[in-house]
Amino acid sequence: MAAILTPTAPDVQPLPAQRSRGYWSSVLLRLRRDPVAMAAAAVVLLLVVLAIAGPWIAPADPYASSMFKRLKPIGTPGLPLGSDELGRDLLSRLIVGTRLSLFMGITPVLCAFAIGAAIGIVAGYAGGLVNTAIMRTIDVFYAFPSVLLAIALSGTLGAGVVNSLISLTIVFIPQIARVAESVTTQVRGRDYVEAARASGAGAFTIVRVHVLGNVLGPIFVYATSLVAVSMILASGLSFLGLGVKPPEPEWGLMLNTLRTAIYTQPLVAALPGLMIFITSISFNLLSDGLRSAMDNKS
Amino acid sequence: MLAYLFRRIVYTLPIMLGVALVCFSLVHIAPGDPLVSVLPADASAELQTQLRAVYGFDRPLPEQFARWTWRALHGDLGLSIATSRPVAAEVLRAVLNTLRLAVVGTAIGFVFGCLFGFVAGYFRNSWPDRLASMLSVLGVSVPHYWLGMVLVIVFSSQLMWLPATGAGPGGSDQWAWDWEHLQFMLLPALTMSVIPMGIIARTVRALVAELLDQEFIIGLRAKGLTHLGVFRHVVKNAAPTALAVMGLQLGYLLGGSILIETVFSWPGTGFLLNAAIFQRDLPLLQGTILVLALFFVLLNLLVDVLQTLLDPRIARS
Repeated sequence: MAAILTPTAPDVQPLPAQRSRGYWSSVLLRLRRDPVAMAAAAVVLLLVVLAIAGPWIAPADPYASSMFKRLKPIGTPGLPLGSDELGRDLLSRLIVGTRLSLFMGITPVLCAFAIGAAIGIVAGYAGGLVNTAIMRTIDVFYAFPSVLLAIALSGTLGAGVVNSLISLTIVFIPQIARVAESVTTQVRGRDYVEAARASGAGAFTIVRVHVLGNVLGPIFVYATSLVAVSMILASGLSFLGLGVKPPEPEWGLMLNTLRTAIYTQPLVAALPGLMIFITSISFNLLSDGLRSAMDNKS
Repeated sequence: MLAYLFRRIVYTLPIMLGVALVCFSLVHIAPGDPLVSVLPADASAELQTQLRAVYGFDRPLPEQFARWTWRALHGDLGLSIATSRPVAAEVLRAVLNTLRLAVVGTAIGFVFGCLFGFVAGYFRNSWPDRLASMLSVLGVSVPHYWLGMVLVIVFSSQLMWLPATGAGPGGSDQWAWDWEHLQFMLLPALTMSVIPMGIIARTVRALVAELLDQEFIIGLRAKGLTHLGVFRHVVKNAAPTALAVMGLQLGYLLGGSILIETVFSWPGTGFLLNAAIFQRDLPLLQGTILVLALFFVLLNLLVDVLQTLLDPRIARS
């Protein structure tokens, strides 16, 4: 066999190796040339570092309260960003709070990415009646404005970290599933899928080998655009008292408890919200950059 | 086109039924007994079964759902557990307050969003474009509840120009379109307008940029039409999509107003939801969410119908 297949060609000098750049590495290259996206990526990286190393970086204990140090202004000696209504060091709480805040915002998108992509790919690949049944159910959840659905679910389930993660995951599943279904339906009609089917590949193999690689990218980019929304919503739930419970440091909850201080220490009261804003804008800009880097077909 | 509209309306019915089913299920996914907040802690088993029968919780779930839907169709959303008042009346009053706020917020967002979007799309890659694009990213990224707080800090606590909370002088909830009342609406409406502004600016910029590249515009320019004339054609072509986005944004604001209403103590649906959640008043929660969600579905339908009437190409595709 091998002897037949291997051409006994005369000495042909192979062309100098010039592998074309892979899809993802060219996307990364384009992303690296986008200064706005890189700045956003740097901020995100910094936030991730804070989330991991926060407890070691923080200058003071974020839980230690003191009745004598309540609501001090920014720049007080020992309290660089002032203190909250219980006299806790705000800088330390903001730093340590990064971990919980990012966790509450990113986890629902990751869970919804896994579940929503699975649902959407199954619906898109199966087509027909299965597709109709799945997508019409998804449509019902899609018919709720996302903030309303999140509040309805976590309001009913009750306050708490797990409940608010569950409600936000349910909010994002329909959105991701819709995108997954539409890209899978497109890929399903391609010739190479047809060819794989004709050569006898099973549905599972086709999805694993030919579909996944082509649909996960677009679904992932869509999911990254949801992180900013999720950050705002997750902190919003805590702001309403439906998410993280005191005394844990979380930006939304801190913003809520500092609301009483908007007349006495307005700058201090606004700080936790500024952190949410910075995080969400960085994720938005990074996701925009990623999308245009992937869009560029040149 | 009539066939398309008919299909679109028929398609909405199962969605509405599904929405009702989700709202109905809320009471049953809630941890604990739905009667927990009315029952005294030492209630006898007898009283419990009696109350269960009064509220209909002793019947099979499909029957409960059918009865609940039937009553809801007749405008009866049950009684609030906390106040024993009809849920429908409470929701109706609150919805009007939220609707006023959301309409004004959307209108402000639409005007500025269109302005920024048109400027950005018309002068692509110039500094006004970059400025407008930046504003629209800021608009969709800002946590609006925080923006509300910042506005209160600036205009109420520091400058003392505008009232911080409430919807009328002396906490009255009788609305009137005069300055006495409008000053209460200004800050929350401005806060609300930021999200639709960002999204509409983005949409309009993309629309205008795409339209300007099309052959008919190049043709119009070639035949010597003035900038204003070309502009008129662009507006006409961009309007249906921009209006559709505005309609959807109004729906999102209605459903998402709870955070802003909490910041400003605005007596709307968000305020009602907040009360319902923390008093565990499930019928009130269920009723408010049902009304808001159905409103959103109907608004979607209306937007689609209007868009089809404005742009008949949609029905054919």
